[in-house]
Amino acid sequence: MSILKIDGVTKRYANHTALDNVSFDIPAGCIFGLLGPNGAGKTSLIRIITQITGADSGEIYFKGEKLRPSHIKDMGYLPEERGLYKKMKVGEQLLYLAQLKGLTKDEATARIKEWVVRFEIKDWMNKHIEDLSKGMQQKVQFMATVMHEPSLIILDEPFSGFDPINANLIKDEILRLRDNGATIIFSTHRMESVEELCDNIALINRSRKVLDGPVREIKDTYKTDTYQVIGNGQLLITSPDFEVLEQHDNHGVFRASIRLLDGASPNDLLRYLIQRVEVHSFVELVPSINDIFIRKVKETYHA
Amino acid sequence: MHKIWLIIQREYLTRVRKKSFIIMTFLTPLLLAAFMVIPAWLATISDSEDVVMVLDESGLFADKLESKEDLKIIPIAAGSLEQAKTVYQETDYTALLHIPQLDLDKPEGIRLYSKKNTSLQVKFRLENMLEKEIESQRFMASGIDREMLNKMKANVTMTTVNLSESGERDSNVWVTSGAGIIGAVIIYFFIFLYGVQIMRGVIEEKTNRIVEVMISSVKPFQLMMGKIVGIAGVGLTQFLLWVVLSTIVVGGVQAAFDIKPSPTPIEQMQAGRDLATGEESAQTQEESQANMLSEVSSAISNLNFPLLLGCFLFYFLGGYLLYGSLFGAIGAAVDNETDTQQFMFPITIPLIISFIMSYTVVIQNPDGPVAFWMSIIPFTSPIVMMVRIPFGVPASELLLSMGLLILGFIFTTWIASRIYRVGILMYGKKINYKELSKWLFYRV
Repeated sequence: MSILKIDGVTKRYANHTALDNVSFDIPAGCIFGLLGPNGAGKTSLIRIITQITGADSGEIYFKGEKLRPSHIKDMGYLPEERGLYKKMKVGEQLLYLAQLKGLTKDEATARIKEWVVRFEIKDWMNKHIEDLSKGMQQKVQFMATVMHEPSLIILDEPFSGFDPINANLIKDEILRLRDNGATIIFSTHRMESVEELCDNIALINRSRKVLDGPVREIKDTYKTDTYQVIGNGQLLITSPDFEVLEQHDNHGVFRASIRLLDGASPNDLLRYLIQRVEVHSFVELVPSINDIFIRKVKETYHA
Repeated sequence: MHKIWLIIQREYLTRVRKKSFIIMTFLTPLLLAAFMVIPAWLATISDSEDVVMVLDESGLFADKLESKEDLKIIPIAAGSLEQAKTVYQETDYTALLHIPQLDLDKPEGIRLYSKKNTSLQVKFRLENMLEKEIESQRFMASGIDREMLNKMKANVTMTTVNLSESGERDSNVWVTSGAGIIGAVIIYFFIFLYGVQIMRGVIEEKTNRIVEVMISSVKPFQLMMGKIVGIAGVGLTQFLLWVVLSTIVVGGVQAAFDIKPSPTPIEQMQAGRDLATGEESAQTQEESQANMLSEVSSAISNLNFPLLLGCFLFYFLGGYLLYGSLFGAIGAAVDNETDTQQFMFPITIPLIISFIMSYTVVIQNPDGPVAFWMSIIPFTSPIVMMVRIPFGVPASELLLSMGLLILGFIFTTWIASRIYRVGILMYGKKINYKELSKWLFYRV
């Protein structure tokens, strides 16, 4: 079941089209990567989902219903440009933002207590935001985003500004939230950073959707049956079943990228190699999302 | 509605808890008290008596110049001017008046010597005394009796009376104008001080980048109105505290030091007039001052306070809301405060013009066409109408003005919310008026 259905959404600004007839589904309970280069239209789409702006045409369905203002309290949004009221204390700020999301004061206070323990920030509660380091501010901001336990969490460039330790902390939190049933949308232009986390992705380029689906399926579709082999010996492939894309020899050690042709299986290749050389490593070359993106973009422009 | 209330609370509480707010709130009444009390106090200590030595060579004024309470005359026996000067140098008297031999038809050569500059008041009073005496002597010479002349003199003070359906009421132009002007001044400063606070608040949210977090929870309009209403609350709180604290502090200081409040402008005017009419009206002066005071107090009590106060609150809030939303829109349109100048200009102009006009044209002719139109147009009415109200404004005009102010407020809020919702998410772009006008009709 999809938590969010984006159906033919188009958004035009004065001089350019930000989104051009974009459609895809976001399944419930997954981590979804909304990927694309800067200026592709990711933030425009997020702002339509969070109802900061409206679409010119097309519809968005949240849990099967047309998007309406009351859905907002079931969403949490961490914008790319982070910001908090600098002069407010951490505790007050969290309470305020949680109440704006519809929690009562008591509920909000209880939730804050939980998170304070989880993030080990008890000492900060009475500090002003401006007295915190940037990383601490990011943590507070993340808390504010998920405090009301929304079923859809939208994170725009979530790892920018975090040091590796805190980035891992946030990653763990994201996985925990997903396991508790929330759906998470990641928006980023650094595709490699979320590849390992995402279950599903959609690629957007120049205001159009290029590709979407489960990461595994996409990778299967775009894999090229290419294997990297490292070993000892003189490698010379003469079989018509295999094509050598690239080969380096160095003092008897070779490294080669070999593609299977016409229904040959990896085991066929392995058998062929074992008879001729000493194999040290045999790995399938899986295309990264980045590679797929570049391929896909090239395809769409050549087509 | 609940969210807007939360926003109002935050805007209000964060500002009221600021040190600057607390300091301003408590310091201003103290300063006000100081301004009122210190001059009065200084006046009481510097009111020492003036002593003037008189060397009368003409012999015409010898026993005619009488000492007054605070102006003592010491005639010196005949001697030369040089001798008198040396005697004067050794005293600490205020001045030495030298009257040479005089021709009554051409009194010339009278000199006043002093170590420091003598005050104008002393000079005027001496001149006055001499003039009186010379006049008397001339009257005598031409056979007119001084007493007779006094009887013939007339003294007219007019009491202005308002004729209205509710009957006759004594009115006093000074009190009426004063009441209006005070209200107008307060509204003028309130709009400026707190309008700018709205603008700063919006810019702060923009530069802090909190705005996107906020409007993913609330509507831009709620955010804007919450801020405007919250800051209005701050202003009203400060205003009320000032009124209460000033009353307490000024009252307390007066009681403690037993100081009369420094004369009001009305009393000063009166005093000035008395000085001009001369010493001989001294007896009547006190009488007329008492008259004046009772007239003022009756005029004050004759002001329609409920109406005045009600209208004040209405125009106070109406004017603030009308301009406040525009200030908010400016804040949304720019990235930092230095860019606000070009947009501030058209907003401040009607405010400043109505402020200047209200104590010049409007106060002189509160029912004239300028006053009428400026009190009807929403952008100037909050200030100008306040000045007119104490003079009496027909109910129909008042209702028209109020209705238009409400419409004006709805109109500016509409414009502001349009600019606001686009502007708060717009960064790093220099905005001009053409761009702004496009925003009004953007679909967001």
